[in-house]
Amino acid sequence: MAMDSAKRGEIMELAKQQIAVANAQELLSKMTQRCFKKCVNKPGSSLDSSEQKCISMCMDRFMDSWDLISRAYGQRLQREQQNQ
Amino acid sequence: MSDFESDLPSNDRELQEFMMIEQQKAKVHEQIHEFNEICWEKCIGKPSNKLDSATETCLTNCVDRFIDTSILITQRFAQILQKRN
Repeated sequence: MAMDSAKRGEIMELAKQQIAVANAQELLSKMTQRCFKKCVNKPGSSLDSSEQKCISMCMDRFMDSWDLISRAYGQRLQREQQNQ
Repeated sequence: MSDFESDLPSNDRELQEFMMIEQQKAKVHEQIHEFNEICWEKCIGKPSNKLDSATETCLTNCVDRFIDTSILITQRFAQILQKRN
């Protein structure tokens, strides 16, 4: 028995939301790891202002990098499909 | 994702198709996360105010060369396996 379209739309929306949340969580966790590694060389008693500044820049660059790589990968996928 | 899918009625084609496409998209996203980690390590020194063009080129090339490497290794590995049999 197929579901009515309202119910189906609800499920699709829920799935999309869950995927978006999972994606954001993944980005957050990887960004934290990478920026900690780049910016906190010797963990002290608190994050000093230069570390905080580095972390902010690192986050912005990490997201820039993500966008750039997503474009490069998209272009590559397109090229591979054309060559088939 | 997979337990979510098993709850769906199996005869609902539209929903099945939707889930398949979303899974594909999730796979692509997962791949981008992986590339971003690998290429970040290769191309980024100290984070600065913006990505300079050399870094941008490095990141773009990194994705393509990683895929080339993956294809090359897969092919050569297949050859090695064939020779052994």
